[in-house]
Amino acid sequence: MTGPQMALVAMVVLPAVVGAVLAMAPRANRSAASIALVTAGLSTILAVITALTRPAASYPFLAGADFALNVDALASLIAPMIAAVTFLVLVFAAGTIRESRSRFFGLMLIFSASALVTATAASLPALLFAWELMGATSYALIGFWWRDGDRVSAGLTAFITTRSADLGLYVAAGAALAGGVGMGLADLSSVATPWRHVIAAGILVAALGKAAQLPFSFWLSGAMKGPSPVSALLHSAAMVAMGGYLLLRIQPLLASTGWAGPVAAWVGVATAVLMGFVALGQRNFKQLLAASTVAQLGFVVLAAGVGAVSGGAAHLVAHASVKALLFLVAGAWLQALGTEELTNLRGAARRWRIVGVAATVGALALAGIAPLSLWATKDSVLTAALETSRLLYAAGLVAGAVSAAYAGKILWIMWSRGTHRHARDHGTGTVTGLEQAPLVVLALGAATLGALALPPLSSVLAAALGGGGVVSVVELAVSAGIAVVVVVLMVWLRAPHPRWALGWFGLEAAAHVVIVRPSLALARALAFFDDHVLDRSVTVLAGGVGRLARTAAWADNHGIDRGVSVIADRVGRLGQLARIPQTGAIHHYFLQTIAVLVAGAVIWSLSTMMG
Amino acid sequence: MNMLSLIVFLPLVVAAVVAAVPAIRPAAARWIWVIVSAVELILIGIVWAGYENPGPNRLAFDEQIPWIPGVNSSYHIGVDGLSLPLLAMTAVVFLAAAIYALTNSQRARAHSALFLFLEGVSLGVFISADLIVFFVFFDLSIVGMYFVIAGWGHGNAARSALRFFLYTFLGSLALLLGFIGLYVFSDPHTFDILELVAAAPLKGNPVAGGLVLAAIVVGLAVKTPTVPFHTWLPPAHTDAPATGSAVLAGVLLKMGTYGFVRIAMPILPDAWRSWAWVIIIVGIISVLYGAFVALAQTNLKRMIAYTSVNHMGYIVLALGAVGLVIDDSAQARSVAVTGAVVQMVSHGLITAALFLLAGVMQSRAGTYDMGSYGGLAAPAPRYAALFAIASFASLGLPGLSGFIAEFQIFAGSIAVAPITAIALLGILITAALFLRALQRVFTGPTHGHSTGFSDLNGRELWSIGPLLALSLLIGVVPQTFLYVIEPASAALVTLVGR
Repeated sequence: MTGPQMALVAMVVLPAVVGAVLAMAPRANRSAASIALVTAGLSTILAVITALTRPAASYPFLAGADFALNVDALASLIAPMIAAVTFLVLVFAAGTIRESRSRFFGLMLIFSASALVTATAASLPALLFAWELMGATSYALIGFWWRDGDRVSAGLTAFITTRSADLGLYVAAGAALAGGVGMGLADLSSVATPWRHVIAAGILVAALGKAAQLPFSFWLSGAMKGPSPVSALLHSAAMVAMGGYLLLRIQPLLASTGWAGPVAAWVGVATAVLMGFVALGQRNFKQLLAASTVAQLGFVVLAAGVGAVSGGAAHLVAHASVKALLFLVAGAWLQALGTEELTNLRGAARRWRIVGVAATVGALALAGIAPLSLWATKDSVLTAALETSRLLYAAGLVAGAVSAAYAGKILWIMWSRGTHRHARDHGTGTVTGLEQAPLVVLALGAATLGALALPPLSSVLAAALGGGGVVSVVELAVSAGIAVVVVVLMVWLRAPHPRWALGWFGLEAAAHVVIVRPSLALARALAFFDDHVLDRSVTVLAGGVGRLARTAAWADNHGIDRGVSVIADRVGRLGQLARIPQTGAIHHYFLQTIAVLVAGAVIWSLSTMMG
Repeated sequence: MNMLSLIVFLPLVVAAVVAAVPAIRPAAARWIWVIVSAVELILIGIVWAGYENPGPNRLAFDEQIPWIPGVNSSYHIGVDGLSLPLLAMTAVVFLAAAIYALTNSQRARAHSALFLFLEGVSLGVFISADLIVFFVFFDLSIVGMYFVIAGWGHGNAARSALRFFLYTFLGSLALLLGFIGLYVFSDPHTFDILELVAAAPLKGNPVAGGLVLAAIVVGLAVKTPTVPFHTWLPPAHTDAPATGSAVLAGVLLKMGTYGFVRIAMPILPDAWRSWAWVIIIVGIISVLYGAFVALAQTNLKRMIAYTSVNHMGYIVLALGAVGLVIDDSAQARSVAVTGAVVQMVSHGLITAALFLLAGVMQSRAGTYDMGSYGGLAAPAPRYAALFAIASFASLGLPGLSGFIAEFQIFAGSIAVAPITAIALLGILITAALFLRALQRVFTGPTHGHSTGFSDLNGRELWSIGPLLALSLLIGVVPQTFLYVIEPASAALVTLVGR
């Protein structure tokens, strides 16, 4: 094993093992944070090393399907991002998480390890392995405060929803096996039809589920019940982001089918628009951010659909920084002010200036204000969308305007003057240094990462990842203009609250009515059938055997036994009859002998006469 | 003496001694079981270390001694890649049960003797290379388990034990009928499995082949169990002691599925291929029906019992798919067989762990009713952690053995029969039901029987922990053990395809 390969393996194994040990060792609460920070720091350094050296490693896993990791151009961009955001989020968490620290940090490390494997996976088994592990740790993290039933339920919803989409990956694996070119992700686009279509459909469904695109979006709403650092990691750089990432990774496969690309593009853009309105309708800061995450991931999915891999990857990285920042801000305010309700967050930015400025940078970037990051990355995607379809492009512009609207809403609320009556009762009233430091770093990222989508970096990225990498100047100007106008309007006219979008379009309720309740009813019906029909009939059948046995016993007693008695009785009487001639008198015997002889002679003569 | 004979007869002899000598104290009897099980595991480890792939239709550590020469039945034993993993799993499960039973105070001497007997005959099933030897061990395991449930069970134990005995014994009679059919149609008449495999006696005789296969499949389906022959399982588990349930689910159920790969498929390849779709459908129904019925249970042990029906369904489904001989699919079908064998081992480890964990519940609070617990993670964090790991293992989470099994089963089956993707719903429902159970029992405010529930003690930890550790090992580095199975799977696929 070469040095870079060892770095790759260590980048994944180190957080996985340390995390597992921490999660299982409840007595390590005091040192858990520092151990986790050192681990995450090392993992980040290793991720940077692997990004520079681009190693690949694999070990035999299943027959004909290795567990393969490969740091290609795309992974070399994403893996350091995951590791770095993990590190920053853990720094923040060291300041806010007070109970069960070893379980918390352990699970976070396992989660980041599985996200890193997902990002570097080069074969379907490795991908599915990490993919589902990521889902399971997210379940444990969302339900981290397990004494509250609703938080655990939210974790359950997240796991079950994403797992139902994950089934697509199982189908894809079967199709890849049937296709006969092996399970390498890079080879999938060379599988013959119809299997190629099956693979594309399976992976597409799995990715859309993880990325919380329509119609799976609702699970992300509940997932906000987890601790804020969990939301910051799960919904910025990992988990949801990995859904978009997977589509970027298999973009050649999507393109090769002819239909999967357009489907991804339209689902992405529809999600971006509709979830943007949902974000605008929210009254809770974290719910707004959750809907915004889904909407922003819509741009990444759109990018995969239209072949703008480099633009999509840049958007993914920039969005990770922006969204991790805003979720951490939400967490800091929740801690200090005791609320996530937007009405209670009025003027929050004025109280802690570092937090306020960082949050402003994040919100402006989210709005697409030039020259901050998401402005350029989004436009790089939209430029490619225009080449595919004008309608797609127009929808993308609308989505951009809506994100400016909800970002403007955040800006207006956090800077408007308000009282903090609520805060005095529920919050700690302080934001610690550990909480502020990561915000500064992330704000820098949120401001500058747009460079990835602008010359000269954009062409380097496009050469390595594929995709046009061109951003038209017109597009940049148009979108910057729209963003500024919308934000100004929002602040000036006060933001609208589209009530119809508050409930996430009732998607979760619909899933309950259409899927969950019928399933539970079916389960109860089948259980009833099992107990009262199937089991009963076996019992009745066995009872029938019993009855048969009793009948046989009766027949035995009253039929056969009686018959035997009767026969015995008759035989006895016959014996008595036979005793009658046995008188003991010799003349009787003499007469009997003569009678027998006469009878014998008669029979003999009769038989000879008849021939 | 052959190593395998030693492995089978050591526990039987010790069982006889323990049963016959009243002077053996209860504590000694309990430790004798632990020590013998540990020795068994070491012996099997030695066999594993010396194991080399014997090649198609041959067995390693082969031994044949004339027994009933009149009907060409001999004491013929050996192992290959299909049986060796099961042999090892059996020893592990029995050792775990032995450690778990270290505080058992009810008639410990008889208990240890009975379980040692059961261990010997269970191991015997997996090394048999003769139908009569197989059948004798198979039936003796039923007898042993009957006494375990009737003697050490709770609730309605006598009735459940009787039901278990009658049902599975009836199944074994069907099996015997099938075996006699194989004997009658073979030329020269024989009960030797390897000879029967080589001859494939009912090739080109679809009617008789179908009937003989039907008898064997029904016999094995009762033991496995598949829908609709499963109704003996839930009451047997509910009323059996924890160790009995662990052995019943972990080891005895595998005798059914093992019978498919050892006897039904290689000896009757023609009939297996003709009836493949029926087997696949029975498998799919078992998967979905078992999962749905488990979802509706409120009794933890009944729930786990029904997930066994679901998990055995995956095996039946995969083995059915192996009968669909399509060009260029040999590799996919071989993957399906490997998945099925891994599932046998994986289910043995995980379900044994789950049943032992359920036994902890019974011993602390006397009920399996999930509704009467809540917030159990607070008083018993270790118990909660182990239960969570076992649940995730059972729902097929990657990193644990269930994933290795189910991934291969589905990849292999979907590749030859895309319709089997329907059964994927099974892994979704199992996920839902285990998470619901975890939520109901362990989370929320602590109330009901959870109050004052003491956490796992060392003995329980040492009994259940290693089962899950092995599941983890298989889940992360599957090749440590797949390398034994894969050649045997390929050989079986060739035998079914001829």
